[in-house]
Amino acid sequence: MTEAVEQRWQERHRQRRAATLGYGSLLLVCLAISAWVSEAFPETLARGLPQVGVYFGKLVPALRWEHLLEGPKTEGALAYWFYRIDSWGWMLFETTQIAALATLLGSVAAFCACFAASANLAPNRATYLVCRRVLELFRTVPDIVYALILVYAFGVGPPAGVFAIALHTTGALGKLFAEVVENADMRPWEGVRAAGGTWLHGVRFAILPQVLPNFLSYLLLRFEVNVRGSTVIGFVGAGGIGQELYLVISKNYYDEIGAIIVLIILAVAAIDIFSERLRSWAIGWADR
Amino acid sequence: MQHSTLELRGLTRRFGAKVAVDGVTLSVPPGQMLGILGRSGAGKSTLLRMINRLIEPSAGTIRYGGADVTALTGKALRDWRSGCAMIFQQFNLIPRLDVLTNVLMGRLNHRPVLSSLFGMFSAEERAMALRALERFDLLETALRRAGQISGGQQQRVAICRALLQEPALLLADEPIASLDPHNARVVMDALRLINREDGLTVLCNLHHIDTARSYCDRIVAMQDGRIVFDGSAGELTSDRVREIYGVSEDEFHGAAMPAGDLMLA
Repeated sequence: MTEAVEQRWQERHRQRRAATLGYGSLLLVCLAISAWVSEAFPETLARGLPQVGVYFGKLVPALRWEHLLEGPKTEGALAYWFYRIDSWGWMLFETTQIAALATLLGSVAAFCACFAASANLAPNRATYLVCRRVLELFRTVPDIVYALILVYAFGVGPPAGVFAIALHTTGALGKLFAEVVENADMRPWEGVRAAGGTWLHGVRFAILPQVLPNFLSYLLLRFEVNVRGSTVIGFVGAGGIGQELYLVISKNYYDEIGAIIVLIILAVAAIDIFSERLRSWAIGWADR
Repeated sequence: MQHSTLELRGLTRRFGAKVAVDGVTLSVPPGQMLGILGRSGAGKSTLLRMINRLIEPSAGTIRYGGADVTALTGKALRDWRSGCAMIFQQFNLIPRLDVLTNVLMGRLNHRPVLSSLFGMFSAEERAMALRALERFDLLETALRRAGQISGGQQQRVAICRALLQEPALLLADEPIASLDPHNARVVMDALRLINREDGLTVLCNLHHIDTARSYCDRIVAMQDGRIVFDGSAGELTSDRVREIYGVSEDEFHGAAMPAGDLMLA
């Protein structure tokens, strides 16, 4: 009896090792193919890398220690480098507001769609498939493509950015929300339905209390992503600091590019830290 | 809901090639406490879930009074479900909501959808819920989260939720299988109390013969989806058990344990 088990264990062990080797070499072949197609050869990397350093060198202005804290008229002072801090600050604020509004709009739409897009709650298979495919459609188009189209429709400025990011967010969050719903414990749902509750009652009382903390966590994560997204989206004229960044890059105003990038990094880092705190609070609330 | 006789005729449920419930015909008069006995996999749970249409029958009919339960949809189906309350093995409460709100779930079908969606229950309904909790000695748990109280308490909260539906029938699917012997007794006592005092018809799935004998007016035994015994508690003697299942009572309970864990995967 014990030998039989030992033998089967050995057999299973051999199979697993063969599978690991097989899939491992398949992965390596795939990597080699993608490197070849995308021309990512080591010598290309070696050739290009110093140029990156040169560009960054140009972005750092000639700061002088003795004048560092002097007014905006003194060359070499911080204030001279950031001489347009007021309007950049406003544009950066505009960028975060585009992200906030878009996240809110997108998550409301995602919330409305996610219950019908989860296999365990959808009233029938057709509704489930339609909702899933529509969310997929929203998600597969990058927000910058939406922005290009919407700038044409709404004109240059923030509204195009808000709607573009909101559309992509609907698709991305809708899928994540639906997956949270699919992982929900269905026993409370059964209890509510067996008590004569409607589908909406089930969603409201049996599902919502379980999924809300996770929804909140995903929403905040998406907000972080959207803040980064909304800086880029300005490149196609959809408002915010990105529009200004595109302008100074195209005109090779190296000092200004550097200043704006520093501001963006600071803002994004601050928002990430803040949102990280909120998210861990939300998850703690879920485990309570 | 009007108290009437529950009539099952040729009730069958197939899951793929497997027949879980096979042509069950059964008549349950109002006010009866019926124990449905059987080992795991005998089809008891599927049978009970078909009665309140959590599972759709593959064939056969369920009638209650004049109504064809198998044909109900929409509002009529919800009315039927609230009229035959269900108790589950795992209690099926909402762990994150407080006990009082859980009990008030029994009122969902009794008020407009919109107001109940916002959790607006009347003072009268809250009083009703609190009276039910008090009756089963749970008043002090009313504001605690349902997930934080003991299993025995949770099952009694589920009974309170069921009572708020003001049902004529109560379907209990293995109500004591997840409980220790003391709590099992408390919960079975509660079920018998509402059968005797409130006059509810109770259908209770059990896998322990003694529990069925001491609590039920009538026992139906199932095996492989079919009814193999239907009689009073007194008629289900040890000899009858041996005759039906081909094993002694002790062996019956031993075999009721899941045997899969011991087998080589």
